[in-house]
Amino acid sequence: MILIKVTSDVTVIGGGPAGLAAGISAKESGAEKVIIIDRNNWIGGILPQCIHDGFGIEATGLSQTGPEYINEYIKKARNLGITLLIETMVLNFNNKLEIISASKKGLLKIKSKSIILAMGCREKTRGNLIIPGDRPSGIYTAGLAQALINLYNIMPGKNIVILGSGDVGLIMARRLKIEGANILGVIEILPYPNGLPRNVVQCLKDYNIPLFLNHTITSIEGKDRLKKITIAKVDKNKKPILGTEKTIKCDTLLLSVGLIPENEISSDAGIIIDSSTGGPIVNQDYRTTIPGIYACGNCLQVYDTVDLLSIHAKIAGRQSAINTLKENNNNINYADKKIIVKPGNGIKHIIPQQINITGMINFSIRVDEPKNSTKISFKLNKNEIFIKNLKYLNPASIINVKVKIPKFSKNNILEVSLNE
Amino acid sequence: MNEETNITCILCPIGCEIRINKKELFIIDGAKCEKGIEYSKNEVFNPKRILTTSILVKNGILPLLSVKTSKPIPKEKIFKILKIIKRTSVNAPVEMGEIIIQNVLGTGSDIIATKTIKKFETS
Repeated sequence: MILIKVTSDVTVIGGGPAGLAAGISAKESGAEKVIIIDRNNWIGGILPQCIHDGFGIEATGLSQTGPEYINEYIKKARNLGITLLIETMVLNFNNKLEIISASKKGLLKIKSKSIILAMGCREKTRGNLIIPGDRPSGIYTAGLAQALINLYNIMPGKNIVILGSGDVGLIMARRLKIEGANILGVIEILPYPNGLPRNVVQCLKDYNIPLFLNHTITSIEGKDRLKKITIAKVDKNKKPILGTEKTIKCDTLLLSVGLIPENEISSDAGIIIDSSTGGPIVNQDYRTTIPGIYACGNCLQVYDTVDLLSIHAKIAGRQSAINTLKENNNNINYADKKIIVKPGNGIKHIIPQQINITGMINFSIRVDEPKNSTKISFKLNKNEIFIKNLKYLNPASIINVKVKIPKFSKNNILEVSLNE
Repeated sequence: MNEETNITCILCPIGCEIRINKKELFIIDGAKCEKGIEYSKNEVFNPKRILTTSILVKNGILPLLSVKTSKPIPKEKIFKILKIIKRTSVNAPVEMGEIIIQNVLGTGSDIIATKTIKKFETS
């Protein structure tokens, strides 16, 4: 086996929207040599199969389709002279910032001054949910069905039920309806839809597709191909209520039940993962717990829109470049000066989880349930430093809050919570 | 006849449920801002959507070309336009932004390519 040795200023793992935004930003911020690595045989991640529009609205005001949105980034990366390595799979990396990856040419060892993690996420499967019943064909994750229909011209089925009202599921409901399938319903265990309001309107209501809130699937039947499923209402504890079962004859079931950040190689390298985001713990610079390694995109937290994801990825890219310009900066560990950020009442998760500097800090927060009106409070060592009224909170939309962090010393706790 | 209808506003994450009189286009209740009033009137009077779908490609590296309408089209024409699109196919190579069908169904909107599909070369 050939081992090719390379050095780089910034190496980005993952060539989707986050990796491209971060790599471009690193290059524009002064990093000389930037490499983006992707295991697929294309650059752009999931966006080439997201042919619907709605990308870029928050960032540019224009609504683009996925392929159009990502094309601008790919062009820019090429024009800036960023090295794009496709069909290259990162096997591992370590705290000395050495990456080992495999490609058709052999093993590649890249020694970098900074690494950016942008591996994205993967879909939860039936195995993650443990739905009882038979094991027939005809059960797909929504994203796989999207690839089949939008890239490969394969219809996954005719009479389709979708479990989960996340955005991918809603978009697939419309997409399959447009292609002539019969969408029998979208089943959601929560009392509210899990996707963005615009998708509920334009994907379900526009096409009269029924949404079953407070429902789940209790059984799957079919020998070779899926024949029918049973759904039931759930109680407050999300347990099925006996006697409310209803069977739906269908040949296809799509699962849109959440995404899992891909961080196996991050954990192996010793990066500490936040159990509530599923992504690395980061500070205000999106730096992980290993100096010189940054994280962005859906491997950091599962974003609702590519717009906010790109904005945050650009910050990670810029910080990774600044890191390469400072000699021996990798040794600064911030260990002696730090605020630990703790999600309190009503907060599902918050980023950054650590702060090492004073001044304005941008927090991204996900709440745990919808609320019409509430106050968000930031308490540094139990003293309130910031309070703000927030309206119409929805777990489907990340909230951004800017807070000025006062001078602090030693170790501190910043608790963020909602007060009714 | 029921003259009332509910419109969910999609302009911001609040998602107001706006009750509107269909016939005379006046808001009964539910709108929290002016933009929502305008939006819900348009939704009743002339709802429009960008349509995105795909068209068959011959000799391309992928079998499908993703396309969109260049402007929002009336909602009730979606399935008629889809029928026209289904009858259409293109030859690779196709460049992103290329017009595939001009002024589709007289809507003033073109069907344009949202992807570049290279020609499949056997070498």
